[in-house]
Formats: sequence, C-alpha cells, structure tokens
Amino acid sequence: MRYSWILIFVLSLFATPAMARLTIEITSGVDNPTPIAVVPFAGSLGLSEDIQDIVSADLLRSGFFRPIPKTDMLSMPKAEAEVFYRDWRMLGASYLVIGQMTNVGGRYQLQFELYDVLSQRKVFQKQVAGTDSQLRDIAHAVSDAVYEAITGIRGAFSTKILYVEDLKRPGAGRYRLIYADADGARDRVLFASSEPLLSPAWSNDMSKVAYVSFETTRPAIFIQELATGKRTQMTNFQGLNGAPAWSPDDQSLALVLSKDGNPEIYTLEIATRKLRRITDHFAIDTEPNWTHDGKSLIFTSNRGGSPQIYQVSLATGRVERLTFEGDYNARPRLSPDGKTLIMVHRRDGIFHITSQDVKTGNMRILTETWLDESPSIAPNGAMLLYATQHQNKGVLAAVSMDAGVKFRLPSKQGDVREPSWSPFSK
Amino acid sequence: MLKSLKSFAVLAVVMGLLVGCSSNKPAEDPNANVEVDTSAGAGVTQSTVDVENDFSAVAGLATVFYFEFDSAVLLPEARAALIGHAEYLRNASKSVRLEGHADERGTREYNMALGERRANAVRDFLVLQGVSSSKIETVSYGEERPAVSGSGETSWSKNRRVELSYQ
Repeated sequence: MRYSWILIFVLSLFATPAMARLTIEITSGVDNPTPIAVVPFAGSLGLSEDIQDIVSADLLRSGFFRPIPKTDMLSMPKAEAEVFYRDWRMLGASYLVIGQMTNVGGRYQLQFELYDVLSQRKVFQKQVAGTDSQLRDIAHAVSDAVYEAITGIRGAFSTKILYVEDLKRPGAGRYRLIYADADGARDRVLFASSEPLLSPAWSNDMSKVAYVSFETTRPAIFIQELATGKRTQMTNFQGLNGAPAWSPDDQSLALVLSKDGNPEIYTLEIATRKLRRITDHFAIDTEPNWTHDGKSLIFTSNRGGSPQIYQVSLATGRVERLTFEGDYNARPRLSPDGKTLIMVHRRDGIFHITSQDVKTGNMRILTETWLDESPSIAPNGAMLLYATQHQNKGVLAAVSMDAGVKFRLPSKQGDVREPSWSPFSK
Repeated sequence: MLKSLKSFAVLAVVMGLLVGCSSNKPAEDPNANVEVDTSAGAGVTQSTVDVENDFSAVAGLATVFYFEFDSAVLLPEARAALIGHAEYLRNASKSVRLEGHADERGTREYNMALGERRANAVRDFLVLQGVSSSKIETVSYGEERPAVSGSGETSWSKNRRVELSYQ
C-alpha cells in the first residue's frame, strides 16, 4: 500500500497566548461508541505534546468512539508485522491505530496506520509531518483521517474556534477575543478591550475575522487580519452597528444598522464600502446570515409580533417567513449541506438550541441547558458549539446535530461566550 | 429654593400623569417612535416652574429607568424624573447620553436592538418635553453590561434599563 501524505494547514497568527484554556467535560455520548485502540506511537515518547493522548481525546469528544486506555493494552505494535488481531479482539477493540514518529533533520514525520480488527485488514497507511510547534496539528491530522475512514464524515479536529471571554473585572483587558484549536488548546488573544466585544465571524478563507467592538464607546464593526493583526474599522454609523456575516465569496458583509431610525439589514461591499439596504420594516430586523449560494439572507425579525426567522432574496427583496413554531426563534444558521436550520428557540420560558428541517419544517430541540444561545455549526456539519450557563458561569458547550453527543468546554477563568467555529482550511 | 423645588416636584407628577396619557399612544404604534411631534411638548415648555439653571436641580433625580421584559415602553414611574431632566436640559448647555440595556435572556444582537429601542423611548420622551434631539446621544449595550450579575427576575429587572448620564 502506498503512503498517502497529509498536508498540515498552517495559519501564522499575530497574537499573544491567552491562558484561557478551555477544558472538556463530556456529558453525553452515543449509546454504543466504537471501541478503538490508539497505541502510543513509537518514537514519540518525551515530545512536548502527547500525540496519542490528543488523538484519543479527539475521538472521545466526537462521541462516536471509546478509546481503550493504554494501560489495558497487551502489546504496543509499531508496524504491521507486530499486529496480532487476537490481542485487540480480546480487548474488544473494533479498530486499531499504530504509528512511528521519526525526526528527519528537526522535522517530525509520523507514519500511521488504521486497522479494522474485526475484518483483520489494514484500512490505510498515511504520513504527516511538521515542526515541534505543529505536534498538535500532526495529532489532529491523525484524528481527522481516522474519523473520516470510519464514519465517512470529514473530520473537523484540525479546525479552529473563536470566542469572547469576559474576565468580569473592570480593566483594559476585560473583554478578549480568543482564537483557539477546536479542542480549546493553543488559545491566543486576538484583541482585548475594556469595552464589550461580540459577534465574531470568520471569513470563509480563514484569513480574517469580523466582530463588533465598543472601544469607541459606541458599537462599530471591525475586520482584523489574522496574519498581521491589522484592524480596520468598517462602520461608524449612528445607532446599531452589529451582527457582521461574511458573504460566501468574502467580498461583502451582511450587517445590522439603525442609522435610518430602525434596525435594518444591509450588505456592505468591503472593497468599495458600498452600502445596500436589504430590509425596510419598522420592526427589529437583525442577525443576518447568508445562504450558501450567496443569493439570500436569513435573519431574525419581530415583524410578526414575536422574533421569528425570515429569508430575504437579495435580487428581488422578497421576504419569506421560515419558522412558525413558538414565540421566539432567533439567530439562524444553516448547516453546511443547507438542509437544516439551527436557531435559538424559547419554549416555556427556556431558551434552547433547536434544529429545523428546511424541507419539512419539523423542529427538534437539541439542548436543554440554561440560557442557550449563539449556535455555530462545525464545517463538517456533525456538531455545533453554543454558549450556555453552568454553575452561574458562561461556558461553551457542544452538541451533535442529532443531539446524541454533548460536552461542555468551561474556561479556567471568566465567562466565555459567542463561539464561532471556523470553516475548513482550503 | 426648597419651596420652588417642592412645587416643581408636584407639577412634575401632574405633568407626568398628563404626559403619561398622551405618550401611551405612540407605544401602540410602532412607527411613532421614529417621528416625534415635538409640538406636543409645548405645553410643558410654557410652564412657569421656577427651576434654577443649576446642575443641583437634577442632582437628586433618578438616572436609571426600568422596563418590562421584552418591552421598550416607558413605565409611568419614570416620567416624573425624566420631566425634571428635560426641564433642566432645555435651558442647560449640557447634553445627555442614554445607554439602553437588556437582561441576559434572548440572543445578543436581538437584545442589542431591544436596548436601543429602550434608549430611544427615553430619548423620544425627552424630545417630547422640548429637549433638542442634538443634546441627546443614545447607545445600546444590549445584555453586554448587566448592572447586577446572576439569573432570576430580581437581577433581570435591574438589568432591563436605560441609564442617563450628563456629558
């Protein structure tokens, strides 16, 4: 079998370490997670990161796997010749991951293999390489490859997240926009302010983020380049300047302005600063997001008397109501396949994250925690991150799109909220 | 001074009731807070209440005004103090900043809009009392800056507010 190489996407970042470090507490998994043995990789002992531990944690967090503790392993094979399927069947493992790390001129090269224990066959053999500072990327690349081979779904362990942290003490760095790996590790501060920050949004090419900052004592939308840290103020209108969302081609932002007296949805062409008003209604129109074809916006409006989700065609301006269940549906997001609408839904005074089948309109409650808001869907559509409260603290939590898998990511310090899951790197 | 303040307070309450009746109307019409008929405030500006153009005239007045859940309708109890602020602002060179806030329930950007509606409700009331809109700055912080932390109606009711500050 030929080796297939995995390339690591490297994003250089202008930012300082945050030390916010989210921890992970799994609260619910699927009923029968697939047992998998990830053998500590030969030659990886004593490295600055524990690769086997990171891969196991990734697979565990997905909810679909139950990694077998390394202390239970009867052998530690590093090559096919050392794999005895009998050993792994005895442990109840359905799959086995082994590998060897070599250091070639200061660069780490990991060759790893996935075995199907039940059918006794090698599923794949791959290689990934990187520097010492990319050991976590190497581990996540292993997780992605294993997850995709077994589930058929592209892994999102190598993706990134943004969130807002509130240290809850007045001061220059009280509000912080944090950039981190999808597992919360390697967190960096992109921007800190004494004034509130909210609504961070990734550009689709992952090179920039847009967000709302109150640093001028008024809300304003900023774009920040990740590689240089360069910030550009995009709006400074009277009233609201909020909820930026990148168009699929990254040429425009959808946003909310109330400069004409009322919150309305606009699009702003980034290069020319050309502003176009999309909605015109005396009600609150806010929280726009693009459909994947870039031809429509979905948004929240209380034009029907209570907040509901609507869709507006950019070509015709025609508005269509999408939600009809309950008296509070807000902040819509579409799943990557466009088949599911995710939103914040209130039922009996409780705020939930719900999904709605776009075709049938059937609604399903995904979360039952406290004050759930700000859902952000993983680029593979398998899970979503949201903000909630746990023990009187703002925490991030995740739930699978079928509600089977749930985990929390509390922060060591402060309140965390407003998660934004990155796209896949191109 | 004391006597004039006292008579002012009585008048303020009376006017609060009067204005309370008339300003209930715009609240029912969602368009109303966009266009405000400032001539309606003329009766108030013609009053002969003796208020010194001195900041101490407003020093004791409430500067935080509370709202019901998911509502931007000014409560009757806010009116007396706001009339006092309007009285002062009409003649003073100072301006005010109105910060609208929401409680933690609901989505953040929607609450940002709700906070703005609350700040606008206070602004419209002041304009109705004859204050020039150029002296009023409004900004919404949504749920980003709660006055008190914690969940429950006790906290929430203190967070659904507009804060008035002189600039």
